[in-house]
Amino acid sequence: MTDLQMRPDPAAGVHASRADARHGGTDAPALRVRSPWPSRWRALLKHVGLIALALVMLYPLIWLLVSSFKPSELIFRDVSLVPSEIDTTNYTAGWNALQYPFSRYLLNSALIVLGSLVGNLVSCSMAAYAFARLQFRGRQLWFAIMLMSIMLPFHVIIVPQYVLFSRLEWINTFLPLIVPKLLATDAFFIFLMVQFFRGIPKELDEAARLDGCGHGRIYLQIMLPLSMPALATTAIFTFIWTWNDFFSQLIFLTRPDMYTAPVALRTFIDATGQSSWGPMFAMSIVSLLPVFLAFLLGQKYLVKGIATTGIK
Amino acid sequence: MSVVSEFRRTTGRRGAAGAARGVTGRGEGKVAAVFLAPWFLGLFLITVGPMVMSLYLSFTEYRLLKPPTWIGLENYTRMFEDPRLLNSLKVTFTYVLTAVPLQLIVALGLAMLLDRGLRGLSFYRSVFYLPSLLGGSVAVAILWRQVFGAEGLVNAFLALFGVQGKGWVSDPDTALWTLVALHVWTFGAPMIIFLAGLRQIPEMYYEAASIDGAGKVRQFRSITIPLLTPIIFFNLVLQVIGAFQSFTQAFVVSGGTGGPADSTMFYTLYLYQKGFTALQMGYASAMAWLLVLIVAAMTALNFLASKYWVFYGDD
Repeated sequence: MTDLQMRPDPAAGVHASRADARHGGTDAPALRVRSPWPSRWRALLKHVGLIALALVMLYPLIWLLVSSFKPSELIFRDVSLVPSEIDTTNYTAGWNALQYPFSRYLLNSALIVLGSLVGNLVSCSMAAYAFARLQFRGRQLWFAIMLMSIMLPFHVIIVPQYVLFSRLEWINTFLPLIVPKLLATDAFFIFLMVQFFRGIPKELDEAARLDGCGHGRIYLQIMLPLSMPALATTAIFTFIWTWNDFFSQLIFLTRPDMYTAPVALRTFIDATGQSSWGPMFAMSIVSLLPVFLAFLLGQKYLVKGIATTGIK
Repeated sequence: MSVVSEFRRTTGRRGAAGAARGVTGRGEGKVAAVFLAPWFLGLFLITVGPMVMSLYLSFTEYRLLKPPTWIGLENYTRMFEDPRLLNSLKVTFTYVLTAVPLQLIVALGLAMLLDRGLRGLSFYRSVFYLPSLLGGSVAVAILWRQVFGAEGLVNAFLALFGVQGKGWVSDPDTALWTLVALHVWTFGAPMIIFLAGLRQIPEMYYEAASIDGAGKVRQFRSITIPLLTPIIFFNLVLQVIGAFQSFTQAFVVSGGTGGPADSTMFYTLYLYQKGFTALQMGYASAMAWLLVLIVAAMTALNFLASKYWVFYGDD
């Protein structure tokens, strides 16, 4: 703090607001010649602007939430955000509006997420260990191929995959959605973990090797425990992406009892008319809730994960 | 740092370094094979195998129930006479070329505002990031249908000013722009990447510049932008690749049709209709390969153009 105050303030507007924020305005620095007021006002203006923007951004989501507690016929007539009464009939109606209760679809989604989580965590960390720590012929080449596979459009393989999986009679099972994850096809996470593993001091595994540890134990007992942040980032992104995934679930799951939450949600549009906006909104909220919770719990890892690897 | 810079690095200095390591390697090939076994299996069974297969299918007439019959380049020539396909290309390019730059500009602008030790930074960051996480979901696409519907939120807002709105989603002239708006709404993820990039610019550059009398605008133009170009480039490459493959939003907002009047018929949506509704798997495979070529060409173009505007401090 003192250090900061002693430093000559570059005064130009760019840094003024930062200095202000740190000083907290309590001890008006005698050293400062310029009055802090203009930048203070500017900061205030900025906050007003940002909060306004935040509200605009969140307004549709809040409206969705509020509308889900309103009777359908009121949703469009009354745009206010304060419902006159809280009405949960949309939720009970939506839960039972489709062929199966919505819990069925949520469970299907959850099972796929679970399989994908296990798959990505195990297979991607194994591959990452090889790329980060093992010497083998063609490592650079394989690594480049791995990076390229990240950018490959998924659609180019979907048709033959469909043919392959239908030959195996895997359509309308969760296998087409889980088995690829067990085989590390989400190469983004390999990359993320390679980055993380590289940051772990090599001395640690070299010491372990001198003590007679094999690679299996180094991977299990040194690398994995030290890589919790990377594993957590992988887990959270796998969770959110799999939960939100639509394209592959739409293609591989065509029987209503195998529908996942997004696929089921989509059938609301076909199956129902204007009258059932309410139940559809309610189930939209239900299906967004797990992602929202993952966001709340895992924010730190999400932000770090994006900042270092650029995943969305 | 990022996939793109890593890719530059890896492909750039293969050869000497790679070969040397191969020779001096401690013979860990067998262990590596074990650790890489799942990935190898996936690469060949789930990725490369189907790629080869789809290349073959793209030269055949294949309707799933009968075995494929070889028709040579016919699928490819048919594509260029298919007005709906050409239209879907136009729709997709319009979308990519507007949504991606708009989103990146908003993301960069917000990142600039949020940098500089702003109080409440993590709060704003979270709020702006949330739509990125939800934006790809069916639920939000359903919501979007309502927000821009005839009786939706946007029109309710316009009505406050006495403006009579219209059904934005059901009008062929505006439907695509609602999807562009949805993409811009999810600017949070690139914003966070920009924030991380801004943080890496040494403070002393700005201090030196302001001592030399450079104003804010000048600093932005001469320090921030040049030093940020690798990150802008990285975002651009990834967003373009991603945007070409957008599917869910168009599918849900148009109810699976790509309508009204094919105005939201994304390329992927048409591919889906051809492959999985009409079951013309050969044609769909050819479409998929055209998509790969387009995405590869756009990425290559990005990389080529980057020589002229991306500034790498280490070069």
